[in-house]
Amino acid sequence: MKKSQMDGAQALVRCLEREGIEIIFGYSGGAALPIFDALETVDTKIKFVLVRHEQGAAHMADGYARATGKPAGVLVTSGPGAGNVITGLMTAQMDSIPMVVICGQQVTWMLGKDAFQEADIFGITMPLVKHSYLVKDTEEIPRVIKEAVHIATTGRPGPVLIDMPKNISQGDFYGELDQEMDLPGYHPKRCLEFNVEHVHDMAEALSRSRKPLILAGHGAMLAGARDEVMQLATTLNCPVTNTLLGKGIFPETHDLCLGMLGMHGTAYANKAVCEADLILNIGSRFDDRIIGQADKFGKDAVILHIDIDPSEIGKMVQPDIKCIGDAKVILTELNKHIAPLDTTEWLETLDGYRKKFPLGWKKQGGLKMQHVIHELFELTEGKAIVSTDVGQHQMWAAQFYKNDEPWKWLSSGGAGTMGFGLPAAIGAAFGCPDELVVSISGDGGFQMTFFELATAVIHKLPIKILVLNNHYLGMVRQWQELFFEDRLSGVDLEGNPDFVKLAESFGMKGFNIKRPADVTKVLTAALEYNDGPVLINAECVKTENVFPMIPAGAALEDMLTEPPKTKLAKPIGST
Amino acid sequence: MKGTITTTDTPVAPGHDEQHSLSVYVANKPGVLARIAQVFARRGFNIESLVVSAAMDGRFSRMTIGATGDPTMLDQIIMQVSKLIDVLDCADHTYDQSVSKELALVKFKVNSDDRGEAIQIGEHFGVKTVDLTESSMIFMVTGDTGKVDAMLGMLSKFEIVEQVRTGKVVMTRGSEVT
Repeated sequence: MKKSQMDGAQALVRCLEREGIEIIFGYSGGAALPIFDALETVDTKIKFVLVRHEQGAAHMADGYARATGKPAGVLVTSGPGAGNVITGLMTAQMDSIPMVVICGQQVTWMLGKDAFQEADIFGITMPLVKHSYLVKDTEEIPRVIKEAVHIATTGRPGPVLIDMPKNISQGDFYGELDQEMDLPGYHPKRCLEFNVEHVHDMAEALSRSRKPLILAGHGAMLAGARDEVMQLATTLNCPVTNTLLGKGIFPETHDLCLGMLGMHGTAYANKAVCEADLILNIGSRFDDRIIGQADKFGKDAVILHIDIDPSEIGKMVQPDIKCIGDAKVILTELNKHIAPLDTTEWLETLDGYRKKFPLGWKKQGGLKMQHVIHELFELTEGKAIVSTDVGQHQMWAAQFYKNDEPWKWLSSGGAGTMGFGLPAAIGAAFGCPDELVVSISGDGGFQMTFFELATAVIHKLPIKILVLNNHYLGMVRQWQELFFEDRLSGVDLEGNPDFVKLAESFGMKGFNIKRPADVTKVLTAALEYNDGPVLINAECVKTENVFPMIPAGAALEDMLTEPPKTKLAKPIGST
Repeated sequence: MKGTITTTDTPVAPGHDEQHSLSVYVANKPGVLARIAQVFARRGFNIESLVVSAAMDGRFSRMTIGATGDPTMLDQIIMQVSKLIDVLDCADHTYDQSVSKELALVKFKVNSDDRGEAIQIGEHFGVKTVDLTESSMIFMVTGDTGKVDAMLGMLSKFEIVEQVRTGKVVMTRGSEVT
C-alpha cells in the first residue's frame, strides 16, 4: 500500500500556501486541532495570527483584502467558533470581498446528531457566501482549496467557506497536491468578454449628453480601472460622484469630483443626480443608500450601467443601456470612442451648488467629530489607509476624509457591521506594513470588538485608533430625534469605560482630546508614535446630526441639507 | 370550465397558467438543491413543485421547478440561480415550445357498482390502474397539467382518499439539449 506522506491538515496548509494565501487569522478549538497542529509541523511561510474573537478574525481578513486586493485565510473551530464568523461572512459577501474561511467540524459520523460543538455551518451560511464546501474525503482537499481560492478571487469576488470535519483533516492523505478544479458551472473568464455593440451605444448616448454624470462604484475599484475612469472623466470633461465603497477610484480632491452621493452624500452630488441627463454607473449596484426612491432615481436621465454581475442589471434601477463584463476592459474600449463634451454650463451649475451647499459644521458648541476627522485628513495629507466603524462617524469620515487613491478606504457598506473598524485596520496593517493605518470608530462600535487591541499590541502594529466618543449610538439617536419626536430608546451608552485606561491596560498608549484646541496637538503626537498601536479618545458633543440626509425610501429631491423646521413623517424605507 | 376534457397533450398556453416552469441543469452534489431552494425562499417565493434526478451524464442533475409569483422578481431569481457555482444553466420554459409532462397517482373509493364508470373515465385519459381492492382503486395518469387537472376533476364525483403529483418535467423540442 502506498505510504502516506502527510495527513489532510498538512495537505490543507500546503495547498493554501500554493494558492497564494500568505496570512491566516484565527482562533483554535477542538475540531480544528489537526489543522492547528499542521501549522506547526508543516514548514510554511503562512503567518498565523491568533485573535481574541472569531468575529475579529473575519473582519481582519476582510480589511486585509480591502487594502491589498488579496484574500486571507480565516481558521476557526466548529459550533460557536464557526457561528462567530457569520457576521464577518455577511460583511464580506455584501461588499464582494474575497476570503477563504475554514471551519473545523465534528467527525463525519456524528453529523446531525447534535454532537459537541456541532453546527450546520454549511447550511447556516448558504446565503452569506459566494460558495461553500463540506469536505467528506481527505483526497478532495487540494481540489477544494484550489477551487475555493479561485472562486473567492475571480469574477465578482466573495467569501468561500470550507467545513472540514476532524476525521477528514486527521486522515491520511495519499494523493497529489496538484489537482484539477472541477467547476463546470463557473466561467469567470467570460467577464472579460463583453458586447461591443453596447459600448458603441453608450458612446453614442454620451455624445448627445450635455449634463452627464459618472457614478463610480466598488466594481470599478475591484477591476483596477483607476486609469480608465480618469481618462474617461477627463476626456469627456464629465463630473464624477462615487459611492461609499468607490471612494478613491477617482481622486476626491479633483475638480471634477463631487464626492459621495446618497443618503448622507454631498448635496451637490445628489443635485447632480437629480439634474443630469445621463448617468453612467461603473460598478455600483444602485444600492438603496444611493438611489432613494427607485422609481424616481434619474427619471429624466439616460441610465447606463456597467457591471460584472448580470443579476445586478435591472435589480434596483432599469438601465437604458447595459454592458456586462469587467469594468477595466469595457472602459478601455469605451475610451476609444469618446470625445470631449460641452459641459461648461453644467459644471458651472454644479459649482454653484458646491458653493451654496458646502459640507461643514458649526465651529462653536464643543468638540465636533467633523473637526477631528478634518484635522486628521490634513495632518495625514489624505494618504492614510482609513478604516471606519459604522454610524455617524462613518458618514462624516466619508465626507471629510477625502480619498485620492483606491484601496485605502475600508468601510462596511452593504452590511453596516458595527465592530468592523478596529479589526479591519489590524488586517490592513498586516497587509500593508509600510503604510500609515488609521481606524476611526464611534464608542458604540468600538465596544463591540475592542478586545482585538490585544492583537494589535502583541504584533506592535503602529495603528492609530481614533474613538470618536459621544456616549450615544449617534445615528440611531439622530433618527429618533428626527422621526420619533426625540423619544430616545436604546441609544444611551452610559457606563462607557475610560477608553484611555482601557488601552493602557492592554499595554498600549492612549491620548485624550477634550477640547477643540487640543485636536492638532494630540493627533500630531499620536501620528508620531510608532512603537505600537495608539488610542485617541475624543470626547465629542453628544448630539450632532449628519447632514445632508435623505430619509430611507425618499427621493433624492427630498434631501435635507439642514435640520428640518417641521415635523417629518416616518421614512417608508427601512433604516 | 370544470370537467373540460382535453384529449391531446398540449403545452401550457400563455396567460392560462401563472405558474412558471424553470429547468435547471446542476452539478449532482449534496447541498445544491438546498442552495437553489434558498434563493426562492429568501424572496418569499413559493416553490409549488420540484422534480430532480440525475441527467444522462451522472455528474449532473436536471431539475424542473414550478413556482408562482411576480414576473420581475422571477427574472431576478433566474439570474441569482444562474449565478450559483453549481448551476450550469437555468431557463424559463413557461412560454416556449417545450414538452411538459407530469405524473399523478389518485386513490379513490369505489364499489362494484361504480367501478365500470371509473374505468371508463380512466380509459378516456389513458390511465393505468395500479391498485385495485373491493372498495378502492389507484389510477396512475401521465400528461400535461391540463390533462391531469381534467382527470382529477372527473374523478371528484368519487370520494378521493388521496392524490400525489410529481410536478412537471420539461424538455425543449428539437434536437438541441434543453
